Amino acid sequence: MNRRHDEVFFRRAGRRLRFDALMTGAFSVAGWVAILFIFLIFLFTFKETIPIFTDAEVQHEANLGKFFAEKQEGPTLMDRYVWQPTSEKPKVSLWPIILGTLKATVVGLLFACPVGVAAALFSSEFAPPRLREVIKPAIELLAGIPSVVMGFFALIVLATWLQQTFGFTYRLNAVNAGLALGFALVPIVYTISEDGLAAVPRSYREASYALGATKFQTAWSVVLPAAAPAVFASFVLAFGRAIGETMILLMAGGNAAITSFSLLDPLRTLSATIAAEMGEVVVGSAHYSALFFMGTLLFVITFVSNTAGQWIIRRMQKRMQGAAA
Amino acid sequence: MPTPAFIGRGNRRILDKVLIALLALSVVIILAILVVIIGNIVFHGVRQVTWEFITQPPREGLTAGGIMPAIVGTAALVLLMSVVAVPLGVATAVYLHEYTPAEGLHLAWARFRKSKGLPGRKRLFFRALSALLATITRSAVANLAGVPSIVFGLFGLGFFIQFIGRSIDRATQPVGETLWGQGSLLWAACTLALLTLPTVIVATEEALRTVPQDLREASLALGATRWETIRRIVLPGSLPGILTGAILGISRGAGEVAPILFTGAAYYLPFLPGDVTDQFMHLGYHVLILSTQSPDVEATKPILYGTVFVLLALTFLLNLTGVIIRMRTRSRLQR
Repeated sequence: MNRRHDEVFFRRAGRRLRFDALMTGAFSVAGWVAILFIFLIFLFTFKETIPIFTDAEVQHEANLGKFFAEKQEGPTLMDRYVWQPTSEKPKVSLWPIILGTLKATVVGLLFACPVGVAAALFSSEFAPPRLREVIKPAIELLAGIPSVVMGFFALIVLATWLQQTFGFTYRLNAVNAGLALGFALVPIVYTISEDGLAAVPRSYREASYALGATKFQTAWSVVLPAAAPAVFASFVLAFGRAIGETMILLMAGGNAAITSFSLLDPLRTLSATIAAEMGEVVVGSAHYSALFFMGTLLFVITFVSNTAGQWIIRRMQKRMQGAAA
Repeated sequence: MPTPAFIGRGNRRILDKVLIALLALSVVIILAILVVIIGNIVFHGVRQVTWEFITQPPREGLTAGGIMPAIVGTAALVLLMSVVAVPLGVATAVYLHEYTPAEGLHLAWARFRKSKGLPGRKRLFFRALSALLATITRSAVANLAGVPSIVFGLFGLGFFIQFIGRSIDRATQPVGETLWGQGSLLWAACTLALLTLPTVIVATEEALRTVPQDLREASLALGATRWETIRRIVLPGSLPGILTGAILGISRGAGEVAPILFTGAAYYLPFLPGDVTDQFMHLGYHVLILSTQSPDVEATKPILYGTVFVLLALTFLLNLTGVIIRMRTRSRLQR
């Protein structure tokens, strides 16, 4: 009787242990998934770009030289650098599109960085707790607005309002698209900056008050500099988001790939070009590879800026833990 | 900002107030933007939402009728996406938090270095290796979260459709037929699932962190295996947090349009998707089409506002559910 009991117990224990080993294996596989896919994303975006470097037929229409160095005849910048991949003689200069991306990004950051940091500083240093209870959900709500809805708002409401107020020649331009982009960037800047500001040890503030500094002086010249890495990281991460944002710029940017430094001209970004043209392109053509080249460019830029942003945040966290101890 | 000496104490206090008010202005700006956007959409959108609007398909070149196929398509897409993303995300988070060393890479490596000549050194080495893998995984997750959504779309096209889909077709379909190698509900859902994966992983790991270490140790001390501990103690204890993360991830996925542009969203379909290989209509894509490709902007405007309102209501409801669950859990933990 006793013997049989033991036998059952050990058999069950063996099964339990084997099942445990199986689950350990399964979870470890899941652990690899994220690494696998980040690698696959790069691989498969890059794979479709390869013909640009190797395939003679594709290279005839699109190659690195044509992307960055080709120049047409003409009196103005707009005539010299042209993106017209579907015209009879394809022109594939990337400059109008890169310029468009930069214009939108700069306007977006110029709006989001000051507003986001100021709001973060206010809510971490001055806001009464009850107000903070309002600000945080409001920011989350703003972050929760889908970018297609933000694009719609910029296209239908903001563009009309801006044109009527400031008398812009074109309804859709870099100011309009950049501002809408900025609205979407504010939550990123705010959240990360606020985390950094909250991590500054209390003793910094107390020391500053003890030396006779006012509340604003303490916030501005002690707390903010101490959290500077986090604030900077929030800018870097916002930049990464801005470069890759698609729907807002596709809808509110005016969709014209023209080489112009003016913020009042319509524009076309890398992401919007992919979104607008990938639907009609022949798989495997030079145009197709060129669009994937833009995708690879976006991937690399955002990968670098995100890695840099994360690295800065981690370093700051480590330092703050050291300072607090 | 050093205050000039000639500013007296009273003035200094006033200056302080002014500068703080300037900071507060930024909060006012943010709240104003939010109120204007949501107010505008609700004001113009809410009266479009009638029973007909929700239950009828579009008519007359999208200038009349309702948006029922888009609602159904979005729901199907979101459901399929969650089926892929949530289990995978939770499993990854469980691996990161329950199966890799809690002490982190630096400490694990330092312990291994210091263990020269001691027994069990091999185990310390594997511990350090596992910590290294966890560090790489975490940074991969963070980077996955930062990949632009349009690049996910390209990946969906290049990997799921061109690579996997075409391979399945070559193996199972007659020559020249495509069933899997084109945009469909399944591939769009897979692409979106990848996009929401980081949100689910990060939130789940945070939820796992709230389960006290004592509970795990008590369970292990009573003879439970690691899996039994996870199944009976850790997962039930962190369920609300996992649910919140899943819902927030899903709400993000529900509003994304860029990844589904070339992986299966359709301009207009007279029928509802009946199979995972069918194309589908989508609320967000419908907004894009109505606002950029409408032949008659003024005529479509009411429908456009209605669609935006429904989409916004859907994502906000999902978000709200997530936030409420989180708030209730927090107050339960504080008690």
